[in-house]
Parts: sequence; structure tokens; C-alpha cells
Amino acid sequence: MAEFLKRVDLIFGEYSDQKYKTLEKTMKRPNDDIIKDILDSGLRGRGGAGFPTAMKWKFTMEQPGDEKYVICNADEGEPGTFKDREILSKVPRKVFAGMAICGKVIGAKKGYMYLRGEYRFLLPGLLEEINDYNEMAKELGIDFTIEIRMGSGAYICGEESALFESMEGKRGEPRNKPPYPTVAGYLNKPTVINNVETFVNVLMICRIGPVQYKKLGTRDSRGSKVFSVSGDTPIAGIYELELGMPLEKFVEEFGDGDTKAVQVGGASGFCVPRKKFKDTIIGFEGVPTGGSMMIFNSSRSMYNVLHNYLDFFEEESCGQCTPCRVGCQQLRKGIEAVKRGDKPITYLEQLMKLSETMKITAKCGLGQSVANSFSSIVNNFREEMIY
Amino acid sequence: MPILQGVVEQNNYISDLDMTEIAKELDLSAAQVFGTATFYSFLDTIPRGRFVIRVCKTITCDMHGRKMIVQTLENLLKIKVGETTQDKKFTLLETNCLGWCHKGPSMLINHEVFSELTAEKVHEIIAEYMHK
Repeated sequence: MAEFLKRVDLIFGEYSDQKYKTLEKTMKRPNDDIIKDILDSGLRGRGGAGFPTAMKWKFTMEQPGDEKYVICNADEGEPGTFKDREILSKVPRKVFAGMAICGKVIGAKKGYMYLRGEYRFLLPGLLEEINDYNEMAKELGIDFTIEIRMGSGAYICGEESALFESMEGKRGEPRNKPPYPTVAGYLNKPTVINNVETFVNVLMICRIGPVQYKKLGTRDSRGSKVFSVSGDTPIAGIYELELGMPLEKFVEEFGDGDTKAVQVGGASGFCVPRKKFKDTIIGFEGVPTGGSMMIFNSSRSMYNVLHNYLDFFEEESCGQCTPCRVGCQQLRKGIEAVKRGDKPITYLEQLMKLSETMKITAKCGLGQSVANSFSSIVNNFREEMIY
Repeated sequence: MPILQGVVEQNNYISDLDMTEIAKELDLSAAQVFGTATFYSFLDTIPRGRFVIRVCKTITCDMHGRKMIVQTLENLLKIKVGETTQDKKFTLLETNCLGWCHKGPSMLINHEVFSELTAEKVHEIIAEYMHK
């Protein structure tokens, strides 16, 4: 195996010999020390956006009031992502321990996990583990309980403010920002919302310390990351790798020898063509990813890939703001028209402008990120869009 | 939401009557309840069969033969996507990414997941459900 692709066994590593040992130890430490450790570790959110976790926690900690919430975002809906499912079925205890640490630091008494409807089959196992946690918390005198809320099949609810709306029983439509969740989140109270994997990372930092943790990854992308590898690869599945590796090495390892392009970060991520594999780093300094790595070989039509993504966005757009609602539709109709020959090739430029406009004007991450895959596919595979 | 999810669990869909009842109980307007219910793809507001089949149509499942799976199901159940069998047993739908991209094609039947589907596998699964 190439030296760049060091496999890591941090997230999926075994539980400590004693249940919730790290949590028990961490509970005795001062909050500022814990925040400092997480800040030192360089941990950035694992959902895809990559906001520094320590800052999020600190902002929420500094908010007045004692009604605060910790929410674990398990609404993993990005096409090509399935790592949270694996984490929740293999090491759920680590997630709950991470949430409890967060609860202690920010001063919250209540945590929720928002689980996507498609993962309903995980519920019995998770409930068992949560009961176990809640009992343990009572014994240790930890004033923080956890509950699960189910989603019902809406991609947009992975967006944090849409998730709050959904938890409050409303349509999952994103809110205006600011205020950010750290100030007004669930029920308009200060809320920390993190990805499943982020909470596990926090626990591992508390267990092994920031110095050890920092040895993994690069300056801008510390630690390891769980990747969901799918598409044209003989070894699809879940892999925990160090961040900051060149895409070329990744393709060498996972590709089928005929890789044409890799979609990094799912439908809302970027499409990297073969000629750019060499110069592309997987991490926050290059192309960031929430873990989704979809590999396409030369038998695939990138037009079909883009069409599939646009279909996806069109359906999952919440319809609240015009740029996204109408934009997704027009992009799809536009590429269809160019393909049919009803519109001239130059029409692609107009569509490109439209996607840029969506990036600036859409209300939330969904509409803003459509341009990522649209422009990276159209720019790099222009001829496939036309013929 | 948990109330609406419970209704779907029991009746396979949420009727207009259910929605007005829920609105009354929660002291909301019926429009608010309708708004929430119709937003979510798993909260069905038209009658569905006892077993709702949702085939993943997102890219990697598509690349690995989603269309063939849908055709097999259509032939087996004698319905098209979006329809329910006459005996109200099965509804066939398509849905977005189920999170089984490494084992596509995949589908959900109610809450149960089936991945790495082939035509033979689909035959077996449906045969089993026919008896349920």
C-alpha cells in the first residue's frame, strides 16, 4: 500500500475496556481545558462545511442562560455518503459520549440525535445504547440525557436550521442567518449542532490528547476522516484515512484502473477530472469532503451524472427561495435543451452564470452548492454535455 | 412530527381527516399540519399499500442497474412507479440516496433495507412479502 494512504483505526477503534471511561475522566476536567484541547487538535466539523468545532462550542458556552441544546446531526443524505450509518451501527457509544462532553462544556442538559428516516432500521440498536447511556449518566451524576428524533426523508433537513425547524414540527425550511445556532438554534436557544463523526473525534481527542491526534493529517486538515467510497471501484466501502492526501494516490488505491473522474463531497461537492488528480489534495486546503467519494470510469456519461444530480437537487430543494427552486429546474431543462440541440452550445455559458447567481443568492447551502458540481462538470466535460 | 410518523406507521398514510384531528388536538391550523405533512417524502398523504417499496435512484445505484430493478418490480407487481397494487399490498416508489451506495442497487421495503439487488434477489424478496 502507498505510504500516503495510511489507514487509521481511530474512529472505529475498539471501545475502552470500561464503559464510558473517557467520558468519566473528561467530566472532571475544567471546561476551558477541554475547549483548549479541541482547539489545539485543529478539529474541523466533519459534516462537510469544516467549521472549527472548538469555536462553535466556545460561542455557545459564552451565551447566557441555562437552556441550551446539543444536537447530533445524523441526517446523512448526501449522495454517496454512508459513513454515519457505519459509525452508528458499529460505535454508537462513542457518539453519545462525545455529545455528553459537549453538554458538559456548553452547559446543556438535553441532547438530541436527529436520525434520517432512511436509517430507521438502526433505531432499535441505538435506543438500547441510549438507555444504557442514560442509566450510566444517572449513576455518575451526569446531568445530560439524550433522545432520538426521526427525520422523514428530506435531504434539506441536514441543513442545521432546517433540522431545527423539522424538530420543532414544522416544514424543514432553512432559516435566515444570522442568528447562528450558537445564539438561537433549537427552540431559539443556544445550540451546538455537530455531525456524528465530529462527536466521535472529540471523544478520541479527549482520550488520546491533542498532541497524538495532531500527528494525523496536514496543517489545514488535522486528524483522520471516514470516507465512503462508491462507484466504479472494486473495493467500495468505508475507509478511515488520514486527511490531506493527494487524490492521485486515492485513485491508485481505489480506482479500477480506468478512472475518468472523482466526485469529491457528493452531489454538492466538486467533480475532479483525471488531469487534475495529481494537484488535488483531499482536505480543507484542497477539495473538502463530508466523506463522499464517487468514482466514475470512462464508460460513464458525465451528462447522465450531472442530470442525476440536478434531478436530485430539483426534488430536494425546499422551494422556499426562488434562486434554488427555479434555478435547479432551469439548469436541468437547460442541459437537456443543449443536448437535444434546441439551444446553441453557448447556452451553457448562460447556465453557468445562472449557477453562479444561485451561489450568491440562494438562502442555504443546498442552493449555493449546486454550482459546485454544475460548473466543475460542465467545465471539465463540456463535450459530453453537447454530444 | 412524531405524531405524523406514528399515523403513517399505523395507517400507511395520513388522511385529511387525520390532519384536521391532529390540528384540533395541538391547537394549530389544519394548514400548518398539512404543510408539515406534505413537506416530507416519507409522510404520505395519499393512500399507500401495506408495504411501501422505495428504490434508490441516485447516481451509484443508477450506475449499478437501478432501472433493471425497477422494471423487474414493475413486471412482478404489475404496477408502475408511483402506483399501488389493487389489493393495497404494495406501493412502488423511487427515492433519493438511501446511503447504500457501496452496495447498490438498493431499496427499502417499509423500514427494511435490501442492497446489492439482482433480478433473482428481487423475485425472492417479493415472493416472501407476498405471503406476509
